[in-house]
Amino acid sequence: MPALFQKIFKTGIVTEPLGPDEAEIIQLVRQVDEKSKRLLGRALAIREVDAGSCNGCEIEITGLTGPVYDSERFGIHFVASPRHADMLLVTGPVTRNMEVPLRKTYEATPDPKLVVAVGDCAQTCGVFKGSYAVVGSVDKVIPVNVFVPGCPPEPADILRGILAALDRMPGK
Amino acid sequence: MTHYILEIAQALLALLLAPLLVGFVRWVKARLQNRRGAPPWLPYFELAKLFGKEVVMSNNASWLFRFAPTIVFASALAVTFLVPLIAAPLPFDNVGDLLVVVYLLLLGTFFLALAGLDPGTAFGGMGASREMTVAAIAEPTIALAIFGLALGAGSTNLGRIVTATLANPGVAISPGHLLAFAALFIVTLAETGRLPVDNPSTHLELTMIHEAMILEYSGRYLALIEWAAWLKLTIFFSLLANLFVPWGLATVLTPATLAIAVVTLIIKLAVLGLVVAVVETRVAKLRLFRVPELLGLSFVLALLAVTSSFLLR
Repeated sequence: MPALFQKIFKTGIVTEPLGPDEAEIIQLVRQVDEKSKRLLGRALAIREVDAGSCNGCEIEITGLTGPVYDSERFGIHFVASPRHADMLLVTGPVTRNMEVPLRKTYEATPDPKLVVAVGDCAQTCGVFKGSYAVVGSVDKVIPVNVFVPGCPPEPADILRGILAALDRMPGK
Repeated sequence: MTHYILEIAQALLALLLAPLLVGFVRWVKARLQNRRGAPPWLPYFELAKLFGKEVVMSNNASWLFRFAPTIVFASALAVTFLVPLIAAPLPFDNVGDLLVVVYLLLLGTFFLALAGLDPGTAFGGMGASREMTVAAIAEPTIALAIFGLALGAGSTNLGRIVTATLANPGVAISPGHLLAFAALFIVTLAETGRLPVDNPSTHLELTMIHEAMILEYSGRYLALIEWAAWLKLTIFFSLLANLFVPWGLATVLTPATLAIAVVTLIIKLAVLGLVVAVVETRVAKLRLFRVPELLGLSFVLALLAVTSSFLLR
């Protein structure tokens, strides 16, 4: 047990500060801070929906909750139920089997809600385009506020997408 | 008149401190995970947000589903009037004693379990059955652990227990008190859904206990349930702090003693929050079938506490 805590204290905080080269993020965070403070009270609950992704995007999203990117410092956290969520983070091309669950998840999310589609597949279906198992992109099934391109997008990009969606959030 | 003001002030204090306490535990945990973490006051924003959101409900939900959050919240709030948080003895001490506190808490648990079953989802029923398994062993242990103290004080009245310990400080390190503290600490972890019994930050439905019951709730109902759960944590921490280490509580009602009482309460809660955060960093979640073993251990500790209090009386 002492070894564990020794290690914890030796490592220190590894969350990456928003460096000067990421001026855009800082600016976004500042803008969003103002607006999301008003709309969502600075606490954003996200439900992740895998609509048929290869799980590459999921690994990057998991990175978002880790110590390095630490989305929790912005009050962004992941929840276990769409009913607790303010935002749906959808990945992958929508497969035939996930079409109805995705729509139901959207309906189960209380207003005001946002949808961020993560990854190239969510926008264009990527390599799965034209497959008989795929219905199409996410915006064919539910309304999407922001697309985050990339295969897979980096956690910082996903964070940027989430913040951009907050910024574009319609007023009450 | 001042009595009523004192009681209402105490309940308000508990209501306001509860989100901060939870935020503080989360913040310490984040720091121990080498993360920056959310600011400790984030739960206030969470509540404000949830109260402003739409409520989405299952078509299968009945009136019970709508009423349960109010009952859960009201029962937790009622307990804050009976537990000595800043002053002892309390004016409402004669309204309810230890047994009332234990069964008011169980009332909330009972209705939450019913609400978990009501919409007919798989996880709700699973959570409800698990919660009742835990509660069935944990609730008698709370009563028994505090009986260990009551036996020495000669009253099941929480305020009297506190004044008895203040009058005779030596009993605070008697074996009865120490064993009862250990028993109540384990039960606190179980009842408030902390590790190693339940994981408050889990996203895996299969391992949930408390979370599984509230998966169907949204908007202001969810806010009430979350707030009640945080209030329960505050109540259990104050029981641990004020029954076993009662120093700092106001025994005479002057502004100075009350101010000291509030400050010591916050310090005691922060220390306990720190301990729970460290425990949660250190231990892994127990396999569900081993939880009764842990609770059985705490029951035995409580039983020993009562026995030793009786023999050493």
